[in-house]
Amino acid sequence: MRRATPLGNALGLGSARTGLQHWWAQRVTAALLVPLGLWFAYHAVMLASGGYAAAIAWLGSPWNAGLMLVFVLVMLHHAQLGLQVVIEDYVHHPAWELLALLGVRLAALVLAAVASVSIIRIVAGG
Amino acid sequence: MATSSRPLSPHLQVYRPQLTSVLSITHRASGIFLTLGAAALVWWLAALAAGPEHFLTVQQAAGAWYGRVLLFAWTLAFYYHLGNGIRHLAWDAGKGFAIEQVYRSGYAVLVAALVLTIVTWAAALAGGGA
Repeated sequence: MRRATPLGNALGLGSARTGLQHWWAQRVTAALLVPLGLWFAYHAVMLASGGYAAAIAWLGSPWNAGLMLVFVLVMLHHAQLGLQVVIEDYVHHPAWELLALLGVRLAALVLAAVASVSIIRIVAGG
Repeated sequence: MATSSRPLSPHLQVYRPQLTSVLSITHRASGIFLTLGAAALVWWLAALAAGPEHFLTVQQAAGAWYGRVLLFAWTLAFYYHLGNGIRHLAWDAGKGFAIEQVYRSGYAVLVAALVLTIVTWAAALAGGGA
């Protein structure tokens, strides 16, 4: 649904545009994180008592590495979506709001990249 | 739209805390706190990939008192957010809106979070605890 005037369009007035997509993505990632999170919690208990070698050996399995990667990526996306809502609720200054939203996205991307590189390096036998 | 300096009606100053509102803001707070936990998890993965010397730093932090406190807090926040998250998903599906159900599920989430946290930490400590 287009906005009433070109000026209103340029000023960004009106609805939050892709709200439904965000809402659905938040629910899908949440549902995925129920089994993934429990899987992680279960193994974290075991990893806590092992040391470096045990952790490396555990992540060396493609199944563990793959699930860990999926867990971290889905979690980071869920976190980014959640923080987005928090920022939109509490930060009302337009410039700071945009900076905060971009900052959260950047942080999520960087963490996702670091996690991916780390897991791949470990499972590839680094 | 810049914030105006007009006065607002009182809200937090006058509303009595209820299970509904307290669990709701706790869900948000636990989510925010868990994002820090997510960053810590990535740090753990990066240290693992970087090698034993780097991993030693992480291990020492995790074993120190502040590390233990944070890990315990993250465990509690995780199980709370998980339980209340499922409660939210049920609402999204249209279920459990009657006020008795809301209160029952709310208390269930609190109990589950505490029990799961204790079980997890008992298991971790019994296993040696790094």
